[in-house]
Amino acid sequence: MIIDIYYVIPEIFISLSLMFLLLFGVFKKNSSSTVYSLSILTLIISIPLILNVPSTAELLIFNESYKIDYLSNFIKILIVISTLFVLLTSSQYLKSIKIYNVEYPILILSSILGMMVMVSSNDLIVFYIGLELQSLALYVLASFNRDNVLSSESGLKYFVLSALSSGLLLYGCSLVYGFSSSTNFSQISLNYGDSTQGIIFGMVFILVGLAFKISAVPFHMWAPDVYQGSPTSVTLFFAILPKIAALTVFIRFLYTPFINLIDQWQTIIIFLSIASMLFGAVAAIGQKNLKRLIAYSSISHMGYALAGLTTGTNEGIQSSVSYISIYLVMNLAFFSCIFMLKREDKYYESIDDLSGLSKNHPLLSFSLLIVLFSLAGIPPLAGFFAKFYVFMAVIEQSMFFLAIVGLLATVVAAFYYLRIIKVIYFDNEVEKYDTNHSIGLKLSLIIATVLILTYFIYPNSLIDFVSKIDLV
Amino acid sequence: MMNIPILSLLICVPTVGALFILFTKSTEKYNSHKYISVFISIINFILSIYLWYKFDNSNSSFQFVENREWIYGFINYKVGVDGISILFVVLTTFITPLCILSVNSTIKNRLKDFLVAILIMESLMIGVFCSLDLVIFYLFFEGGLIPMFLIIGIWGGTRRVYSAFKFFLYTLLGSVLMLVAIIYIYWISGTTDVEKLYEIGIDAKYQKILWLAFFSSFAVKTPMWPVHTWLPDAHVEAPTAGSVLLAAILLKMAGYGFIRFSIGLFPIGSDYFVSFVYVLSLIAIIYTSLVALMQEDMKKLIAYSSVAHMGFVTLGIFTMTQQGLEGSIFQMISHGIISAALFLCVGVIYERMHTREIKRYGGIVEVMPKYSIIFMIFTLGALGLPGTTGFIGEFLILMGAFKDNFLVAVIASLGVILGAAYMLWLYKRVVFGELINEDLKNLVDLNKSEVIILTLLAIPSLYFGFYPEPLINTVEVSVSNLIDNYNANLEIYMANKK
Repeated sequence: MIIDIYYVIPEIFISLSLMFLLLFGVFKKNSSSTVYSLSILTLIISIPLILNVPSTAELLIFNESYKIDYLSNFIKILIVISTLFVLLTSSQYLKSIKIYNVEYPILILSSILGMMVMVSSNDLIVFYIGLELQSLALYVLASFNRDNVLSSESGLKYFVLSALSSGLLLYGCSLVYGFSSSTNFSQISLNYGDSTQGIIFGMVFILVGLAFKISAVPFHMWAPDVYQGSPTSVTLFFAILPKIAALTVFIRFLYTPFINLIDQWQTIIIFLSIASMLFGAVAAIGQKNLKRLIAYSSISHMGYALAGLTTGTNEGIQSSVSYISIYLVMNLAFFSCIFMLKREDKYYESIDDLSGLSKNHPLLSFSLLIVLFSLAGIPPLAGFFAKFYVFMAVIEQSMFFLAIVGLLATVVAAFYYLRIIKVIYFDNEVEKYDTNHSIGLKLSLIIATVLILTYFIYPNSLIDFVSKIDLV
Repeated sequence: MMNIPILSLLICVPTVGALFILFTKSTEKYNSHKYISVFISIINFILSIYLWYKFDNSNSSFQFVENREWIYGFINYKVGVDGISILFVVLTTFITPLCILSVNSTIKNRLKDFLVAILIMESLMIGVFCSLDLVIFYLFFEGGLIPMFLIIGIWGGTRRVYSAFKFFLYTLLGSVLMLVAIIYIYWISGTTDVEKLYEIGIDAKYQKILWLAFFSSFAVKTPMWPVHTWLPDAHVEAPTAGSVLLAAILLKMAGYGFIRFSIGLFPIGSDYFVSFVYVLSLIAIIYTSLVALMQEDMKKLIAYSSVAHMGFVTLGIFTMTQQGLEGSIFQMISHGIISAALFLCVGVIYERMHTREIKRYGGIVEVMPKYSIIFMIFTLGALGLPGTTGFIGEFLILMGAFKDNFLVAVIASLGVILGAAYMLWLYKRVVFGELINEDLKNLVDLNKSEVIILTLLAIPSLYFGFYPEPLINTVEVSVSNLIDNYNANLEIYMANKK
């Protein structure tokens, strides 16, 4: 038992430094920038710590309630690295809108601690603890800009709806426990035997709760408002991290306790996937606010990630994980661009504010161009490969309907990405924006854009990691 | 000598050049970027001529093949040329420098971006013609949308946004089905390598549906009736250089795709749909020729004539005869040169008068004699007068068609007459007649660079019109191999059916 602690060193490290930073921040005045830097340092240190965790095909610790495998390690790395970039990109933004507080990085750290627990969980209770830890931090983050009505509203909205979904999820968990007399993922599938009715009932509730977390249609209603209302840095966080974690939990649930019910959940996931792809694509067309638009776009992207999960094969899981990895890079780049739309400490986030951007800011526009085409899935950019892997997996299972609907949805989605490009490149210019951006912001934009642009040269870089994931 | 990866070089050189231009500042002398890009594209042209020179005509297999692992055990980066593709490579590298040269005062703003877009476009187009793996092909094929979208959208005319969107969404919609088909081919055949697929063939029961998926993509790009409507819009709004690229090379990607993939990979599917393609091609030839007659905008007229000419091409391809296929390839090359020249000709007077309306012209032979002569050559080339490449292409296609189906050939021949009608009428209205419009009196004749560009285009169109041997020799073996392969596949299929 004590040796098991060795495998959770990253989590322990993050929670210890989180508590230390909280105390430090509370007792020392004006320490926000120190805390901010120390949080970044914490994240940097935890990367080697995660890498140090032995990568094994499957290792169950703490009475089989916690699972260490390739998937969990890979996702944890993704979580930590993307959080690192989220913090790097947003410091200047936070200072400008005067919410550069001590609590901000601490909340982010506690949220990702919850996510790391979630993705490793092999037990309903452990999973729920992780989920609530990340959600509670997210509620606060959403309303972090207290003086702003929209931000408060989004925090409240997110809290109420998310609490409801957590309730559903918990009800589902209790049903599953009731019908299988175990909370352990591996045990559940062994216990329920032939009497699957109650389990299916519970499973549907759990899937609904999870679908809410990744904002899959029809449980997406909160996303646009919360995305728009929250501070942009929090929107970036929302757009990436909870989705990675929740999608991994999806994989965990579908492929461990409910693996024998594949016939039942496959239909549900296909529906969620198709509905998200189509709705996300169609609803984004009318949007004027970039953050709202990216909310719909992320709904649609989640549809593609879910499409990979419908297959019930390793390739499917791998394709979904690749999808979400590429998706997070694209979102990071996109938001870095939004952070750059600043004029005298005022940030702009409407599509019209991009008008004629290419004349005054050619490099920024070029990055946006790359990102948008990549989001639309046009080869040879990274976004195409994300979709390509998913459809490879889907077509292998001869699910043509899903594949064709998905690809047609990309054509619809291409329209609204093109619309932004049109505004940037074809329209008349507005005033110049500031160019004095922080190094972290510039760096993350450059790294993300270069990754997207050159991914096709060596696509094996991602496949190397992902192909180890073996769950079926 | 075989060790030099000449095809990869051909693909990479323009992109490297584009990157160079992108990251260097334009000097005081505004045109330095233009000269760099002309230089790069000429290097590429010389490379491709060297490639053609080294190319072994008597060998039907792929040459200069490069094969590298790209995604582990799944997709290889594989390029190579045979007699069919090499001509398109040379056409691409030949048109691009002329295209860049023709860029002048019309593109005042963001010349640098424009050159970058054109060079990247060149890379992608060469990639399309060289790739021997379906996924790689798809990457190049679709990648071309991005620069073309920008070319039309940024530097186009008044309705450029609408046209750019239409172009992009139409072609994307067509192509996604092809992507499904490509992935499916991978799962039923275990490879996307074209050479291997030629050998092992694709299971007959899937061929029809796969053929349709590929067709949906190529038909939009060709463009065939009834999905041709994006082309006139795109042409009219694109800047001259964009129209030239579009007409000369982009449209050929689809024709090439038909030959390489539709016929090569799905002989049974192709055989099944022959009459379908015939009908669409004939409608394209007759209907769009009639539409072209009624156009009042010169560019639109030539755009519709492109649709008609591409109708001939698809007709020739699906006759599955030696003459028909050779004729189609010839027609594509010829149309590549002639339509490029015609768009440049329209560009020349558009630049001076800022209108493309035919009514506003008339009698410009008096003020622009040189222009009238060159325009005449290409008009005659477009209508297929003997002695120009246009004639050889159409003649071979009709010959192939007569072999296969008499009625089809007769209807297609009507198209030739209509073609003569709209081209000559256009010429008559623009060049001859009385010089009524006062503004026209101040027209300046072709300047030196325009004469050079247009003459460079006229030379191959006349030379190969009188002496088509080099082109025919290059494609002959590859085409006959393709047809043998096609017939052999069909025979096996028929035998199994019985």
